[in-house]
Amino acid sequence: MLDSTPREIIARTGAVINPAKTCQPIGAMYAALGIHRCLPHSHGSQGCCAYHRSHLTRHFREPVMASTSSFTEGASVFGGSANLKTAIKNVFTLYNPDVIAVHTTCLSETIGDDIPSIIKSAAIPPGKMVIHANTPSYQGSHVTGFSNMTKGMVNYLAEASLENKREQVNILPGFLNPGDMREIKRLTALMGVPFIMFPDTSGSLDSPMSGQFNMFPKGGARVEAIRDSGNSSLTLALGEYAASDPAYQLERKCLVPAVVLRTPIGIQATDALIMALRQHFVAEVPDEIEEERGQLVDIMTDLHYHFHGKKVAIFGDPDIVASLTEMVLSLGMKPVHLLTGTPNTSLGGAQGNFEATVTAMLEDAGLAGRVKAGGDLFELHQWIKNEPVDLLIGNTYGKYIARAEDIPLVRVGFPILDRGVHSYLPVVGYRGALRLMEMIDNALQDRVDRDARDEDLELIM
Amino acid sequence: MKTDRGETLLKARTGFIRTKGERMPTQSCEADSVSGSVSQRACVYCGARVVLNPITDAVHLVHGPIGCASYTFDIRGSLSSGAELYRYSFSTDLKEQDIIFGGERKLAAAIDELVQKYHPPLVLVYSTCVAGVIGDDLEAVCRAAAQRHGIAVLPVESSGFAGNKSEGYRVACEVLMRLMEAGNSPLPAMEPGINYLGDYNLAGELWIIGGYLRRMGVKLNAAFTGDSSLKALQTAPAAAFNIVQCAGSMGYLAKRMQERYGIPFFHVSFLGLQDSADSLRLIASATGDEEVMARTEELIAEEAGQAEPFIQAYRDKLSGKKAAVYVGGGFKAISLIKQFRELGVEVVMIGTQTGRKEEYDEIHNLVEDGTVILDDANPAELERFMSRQGADLLVGGVKERPLAYKLGVAFIDHNHDRKHPLSGFEGAVHFAREVYHTVCSPVWKYVKQGG
Ligand code: SF4
Ligand code: SF4
Repeated sequence: MLDSTPREIIARTGAVINPAKTCQPIGAMYAALGIHRCLPHSHGSQGCCAYHRSHLTRHFREPVMASTSSFTEGASVFGGSANLKTAIKNVFTLYNPDVIAVHTTCLSETIGDDIPSIIKSAAIPPGKMVIHANTPSYQGSHVTGFSNMTKGMVNYLAEASLENKREQVNILPGFLNPGDMREIKRLTALMGVPFIMFPDTSGSLDSPMSGQFNMFPKGGARVEAIRDSGNSSLTLALGEYAASDPAYQLERKCLVPAVVLRTPIGIQATDALIMALRQHFVAEVPDEIEEERGQLVDIMTDLHYHFHGKKVAIFGDPDIVASLTEMVLSLGMKPVHLLTGTPNTSLGGAQGNFEATVTAMLEDAGLAGRVKAGGDLFELHQWIKNEPVDLLIGNTYGKYIARAEDIPLVRVGFPILDRGVHSYLPVVGYRGALRLMEMIDNALQDRVDRDARDEDLELIM
Repeated sequence: MKTDRGETLLKARTGFIRTKGERMPTQSCEADSVSGSVSQRACVYCGARVVLNPITDAVHLVHGPIGCASYTFDIRGSLSSGAELYRYSFSTDLKEQDIIFGGERKLAAAIDELVQKYHPPLVLVYSTCVAGVIGDDLEAVCRAAAQRHGIAVLPVESSGFAGNKSEGYRVACEVLMRLMEAGNSPLPAMEPGINYLGDYNLAGELWIIGGYLRRMGVKLNAAFTGDSSLKALQTAPAAAFNIVQCAGSMGYLAKRMQERYGIPFFHVSFLGLQDSADSLRLIASATGDEEVMARTEELIAEEAGQAEPFIQAYRDKLSGKKAAVYVGGGFKAISLIKQFRELGVEVVMIGTQTGRKEEYDEIHNLVEDGTVILDDANPAELERFMSRQGADLLVGGVKERPLAYKLGVAFIDHNHDRKHPLSGFEGAVHFAREVYHTVCSPVWKYVKQGG
């Protein structure tokens, strides 16, 4: 399909071609599904909400529930205050969630609806809550939206109610799959550190089949837990873009010190997570974790010659791409094209510096590569035409480029619309790194087998 | 009483649900969704995009923030035998400053860049909610661009808040009218053919029907809009008559073409053996050509003869099963009831997102007593009635799939994500096979044991 992408690169000012990002509300909707018994609410036209739900459904293969204010022509002129109030009333009557998490859309932002004051004047049944986040899509990306809704949780829920902080850690996992969140919780529990993770979509978007449809599955961070996060002695934000802003907000609001780490993909970033827990809580690293790490290193040495010198292009969400870059560098690969659709910095949202972070990684490794935030897949394709690679890592949208250039694609990130299971199994932690290595190795070696002439086909590789 | 599972239905919703055989007010439909509902409905842009997207040689440029474009990046399974340009996703990716100062300049620049890069004969510029609210004059920008480049550049006024998906269909039909008007008149002299409206060539469905028409000796001028090009669409006004499959999206265009070009039209459906045969006969007799009619009978005998043994075999496996149907338009719902009957499957629940009153009346006449009929259902309602009616299978779109699976109910996508062509005799066999594969999969056994 992308056969007509020209090789020559010309600067563009008007059009994005084949986007590598999507809009804030979908991230906010996903984050809100990480609160137990919470219904995300999209304040805007019904179309946005339908798109966001469909897209999440295709990625997770789970029902995704969210309500909408259903704007009509009138609301776009007179504001959506009445729609939101009616919606809040109807949602509590019909679906009875504990929390409604309102996010805005481009439309309600452009009209300028003042959500906090609408919420204040809405009829909210006792014991129930309405929280909100502003998520205009003309800033940032779906990652920013995730971060903003997490910040909304801090704004509305977190409280410092104790004199002294508790020996417990807040973990803000960033925009990861439920399988990843589970793995991070498992590692933290193995370290023996009490933790509060929010948002937490494990058990909510990877729920087991029960023969019943539960509007509100068992999973998700409890409201009381998020409230108690103000009493923790440390917040670990995993990912500059998806988690740092809410962590700093919690620091400001409740004086919980924030430490920003990379998304724990690959050995270095996972080490950093384990070390942060060990240092802060004087915890012993248990044998089980030592063993997992040892196995990972063992496999890295066993297979290093499969990876060394292979050129790779990686695209996707900034935190994930940064960690993947670090990981493939640790395997001796050459990441030459690194691109995210999320803008490098954005107003009123996630603070990060993808371009500087990733460029520094390449410099440390003595490599040069193309690095860009706010790019699109058209540009990535042009880069690859100019400097071909052995492997592409990214979400499903990479398949067009992979086909046009005949390179293998390893699917990591959001969204993955054409394969299953990915949201259940981790890419984080030492086990996740092992899984990623298997995926990358299989892709590379399958290609070697496919391309081998009869006489060159190897049994042992 | 209130519970999580929405046992209470909003009073406002009661008119939208009825059970055949019970006394109830007439079906309400074609209204806006209630604020705060988990509606399965989409927007004007979505409707317009669905109809226009299969024009393969057009640049489809979305004027708005990035999301509206991202979600429609090659999601329809419309196939092309020629250009692939329609599968690209183009967006002006409006930013803060564009919202404040207007996005017209950026839009003009985007059109210029894309025209230079791809040399398309046609650029369609879709308006989204935000473009609508900031008041960009798409008409003017497009007109200027059309003059600059000497090609057709047309706005699609599809701001999402201005109605629902049906409104989007209407908007798209207006654009198609303008496209035809813009075509060079006088029309080239050509032998009379027909236009086929409302087939988007999902999974190659148009190619099946096109093949039948060829064998019958009926010339196809233009298909709207599956596998189409600007040039093909512009030959449409010369047609002898129009056949309309998806009435929901294209009924309006058929009426407009009748008014403007005097082209008569009638409805067809290619879902199921019976409807397929009936429709082909209708087309043949409309040509008034004895030879065409004779060839059509041969074709039906041959195709139906090939399909029937398969259908019979699947019917043996499926007979007595119960189906729930929740689809976009009423016309498709009607065809599905008949098609399931061919498979020995009873439809026990049926609903649409945008069905019209006449269609609901026909549905009501077709179904058995006790069948639940709903308009614009939310997931809680779907769940409740699927369980209560004991459905073995749900036919729906992307958002309904996991819902069905969670209930341990089999599922068929009759929408964007369909994987096999479901039209014509061949399609009927695909459909039966798909129903069989999902309903008779061993996986459901484990659900029932575990649950
Ligand atoms: S209008 Fe904004 S929120 Fe809605 S889909 Fe488009 S980009 Fe996303
Ligand atoms: S902004 Fe409007 S046009 Fe875009 S997806 Fe939402 S409802 Fe549809």
